[in-house]
Amino acid sequence: MSLDPTLRRVGAVAITALMLGTAPAALLAETPADTLVIADAIDDIVSLDPHEAFEFSGTDVINNVYNGLIELDPTKPGELLPGLAESWSVADDGVTYTFKMKSGITFASGNPVRAEDAAFSLRRIVKLNKNPAFIITQFGFTPENVDQMIKAEGDTLIVVTDKPYAPTFFYNCLTAQVGAIVDETTVMANEVNGDMGNEWLKQNSAGTGPFILRSYKPNESYVLDAREDYWGGAPALKRVFMRHIPEAATQRLLLEKGDIDVAREMSTVDIEGIAGNADLKVEEDVGGQIYYISMNQKVAPLNNPKVLEAMRWAIDYQGMAGTFLKGQQRVHQAFLPSGYLGALDDTPYSLDIEKAKALLAESGVGPINVSMTVRNVQERMDIAQSIQNTFGQAGITLELKVGDGKEVLQDYRARNHQITLQTWGPDYPDPQTNASTFALNQDNSDEAKLTGSLAWRNAYDPGPLNAMVDAAVQERDSAKRAAMYEEMQRIHRDTSAFVLMFQQTYQTAMRANVMGFDTGGSTDSAAYWQVTK
Amino acid sequence: MTEKSLTARGLRLLRQLTGLLLTLAITLLGLMVVTFTISRVVPIDPVLSIVGERATTAQYEAVRLDLGLDEPLWKQFGIYVGDVAQGDLGRSIRTKLPVADEIVRFFPATLELATLATLFGVIVGVPSGVLAATRPGTWVDQVVRVVGLMGYSMPVFWLGLMGLLLFYGVLDWVGGPGQLDAGYQMMLEFEVTRYTGMILIDTALAGEWAMFTNALSHIVLPAGVLGYTSMAYISRMTRSFMMNELGQEYITTARVKGMPERRVIWVHALKNVLVPLITVIALSYAYLLEGSVLTETIFAWPGLGSYITDALFAADMPAVLGGTLVVGSVFVALNMLSDVLYRLVDPRAK
Repeated sequence: MSLDPTLRRVGAVAITALMLGTAPAALLAETPADTLVIADAIDDIVSLDPHEAFEFSGTDVINNVYNGLIELDPTKPGELLPGLAESWSVADDGVTYTFKMKSGITFASGNPVRAEDAAFSLRRIVKLNKNPAFIITQFGFTPENVDQMIKAEGDTLIVVTDKPYAPTFFYNCLTAQVGAIVDETTVMANEVNGDMGNEWLKQNSAGTGPFILRSYKPNESYVLDAREDYWGGAPALKRVFMRHIPEAATQRLLLEKGDIDVAREMSTVDIEGIAGNADLKVEEDVGGQIYYISMNQKVAPLNNPKVLEAMRWAIDYQGMAGTFLKGQQRVHQAFLPSGYLGALDDTPYSLDIEKAKALLAESGVGPINVSMTVRNVQERMDIAQSIQNTFGQAGITLELKVGDGKEVLQDYRARNHQITLQTWGPDYPDPQTNASTFALNQDNSDEAKLTGSLAWRNAYDPGPLNAMVDAAVQERDSAKRAAMYEEMQRIHRDTSAFVLMFQQTYQTAMRANVMGFDTGGSTDSAAYWQVTK
Repeated sequence: MTEKSLTARGLRLLRQLTGLLLTLAITLLGLMVVTFTISRVVPIDPVLSIVGERATTAQYEAVRLDLGLDEPLWKQFGIYVGDVAQGDLGRSIRTKLPVADEIVRFFPATLELATLATLFGVIVGVPSGVLAATRPGTWVDQVVRVVGLMGYSMPVFWLGLMGLLLFYGVLDWVGGPGQLDAGYQMMLEFEVTRYTGMILIDTALAGEWAMFTNALSHIVLPAGVLGYTSMAYISRMTRSFMMNELGQEYITTARVKGMPERRVIWVHALKNVLVPLITVIALSYAYLLEGSVLTETIFAWPGLGSYITDALFAADMPAVLGGTLVVGSVFVALNMLSDVLYRLVDPRAK
């Protein structure tokens, strides 16, 4: 039998195509030597304007493209390093801050950095008033008063807050990515319809950082080019190429083949799968997100202190962290994530069914039947079922009310839940961010609708903690301030309507030759400029 | 031809065209009813996904009013249809960019992949179907059927993953996920003008042949996987159409007249098989344009499929609905096209 000629021609074409395709693939199966190629899910980016970006992937870019006046010391929690300001101080009145700018630093455009640029940037945050603006406006700035409150005089920036705050509170907030200093001349040259260059900065950069934004394609990729003349020293690698690859198995395959250098979205299964591969390594790091359950204080007997305490002893923290949460969460029992000023890392509570039973007996409450709302996500369902099991052993019948994100959240914000399983991530690198939501509720009435406060959502009246939060945010001595948060967390941990359980951990997989990759931990964003490979 | 018959013909054409447009409008309206309904019943709060979990009640209410969610449903639908008619599919919640612009950016990659896959399906599927039909029961027929059955019954994402593991992971024959290797991908962004958004065409136009072959090495596997499933369908349908056609009297007549068998099959019979086959191919093409969601995700292909999937996970409903609407319209358009082609090819429809 002979093949039909048409078919033969088709076969020839197909084989040629296949050969054409395969030849170069074998030659180029590694990343360029001067480029760091990262795979991550970057579709959370809303904007790359530093005064608008408030999502993880976006602030990662900002961190590498801009500098603030002050930077965080990644090695010492709560310590500060000079950024574009060489020194800073607060006057005795407690409201007047002075920042002396470093000299000789230029923006990527070549324009020198002036105190006016710093003043312009801080005012721009307030005037644009995008999502992260509250981090700065909480110090009393409004679009109307900000021109008077923030001024440049020669090489000095002078900022006046509406009332005295703890200086560390203000400084820490300035280290958030929103505190980035932009090039006034360049940004205003690209202003459209009074937007202060907002549209332009979504696709371009105007900073002093180690990289400039070369290109950004939403949901696809971005490219950062290193600045040879970066004032902190030129980055080791010339370029960073971020590829949007959300699928974990795909990331793993690319990493194993050397087509990417770093994979940031690998699943636990894939991380285990690459163990033993000498070409790859995994680095672990904490994130800022915290898991908790909280009890609505309008629901009896959840407002009984003994019942609350019994619950704290009826959760298998270690068991969960050692099994299905391995590599994703670690036990953490206070409202400030590890890495924050005043964070508490000890974990006094563990599973103790007998103790829980005794406490329930002491409480004098009869059989307890309560419900807990949970989002229908695997990890949360697993945690909820573990709690249901151990609560059951202690004598608390827990009904799981599984719902989608919208239902559970609306229910929670309306104070309609009994117990709820939730996560919380901090907004800025100062303890106030979590203290003000877990331990502050100045009006517990339904009408107050303080839906932004987790304490209010649980109808939890923090009592003396309210005053402590207020005091800590005004304490001028940094060490004393840290001690105040520690004290606050101890009280909160033992008496509040919350049971804090876990802190998120990251596992970043990378090629073995990649050195110095820093995710930024719980307080900062990723840093690419120290990476070598 | 007289003037009268010309007018009659023009009128008939006009009537057909009006009918076609009317069907199109009704179908699209139906599609919009469906997407609108979905957007109202999905368990995602559009306001919360914009303002974020931390918003105060006042901020929440402001956005709710801004989105027009306080209006009665029929009015909201009216606004929606009006916007869509002007090409406004809303703004993505994630990027705040117009959904229509984003789709324009992502659709070419899908179009390119689906077109190559369909070409593959047709080029391999039609001849193998014909071959199987002309030699029923032989080993050729069996092979075509078994290979077809496999393509028909295996989930495409499984095929994709296995293909990647084997041809990329182990054998190193093809490029990995993504449209290009990282080095070329950056060159593409800075050195190649994206006239069409389709990577093979753009790199060829730019004369970047190294990049072109690299792109080819990346597209060959996803296109092959998708093409395989489409080939399976096309070859099975070709086989059955052909079997049916070969039993017709005019074939016997042709054979009796002493016409060469090759001409009988590839010219006479195939011409008639082509008529129903066009519909089959158009449907399978449309299916690839909408159905490569999983393949695109696995192959990190920046097309409409991954765009819609990502949007869905991020609760970005305007993007999901915009994508759905576009896919639906493409489906409708291809159906119309196959109708028109049908008329052109089939002598009875003239």
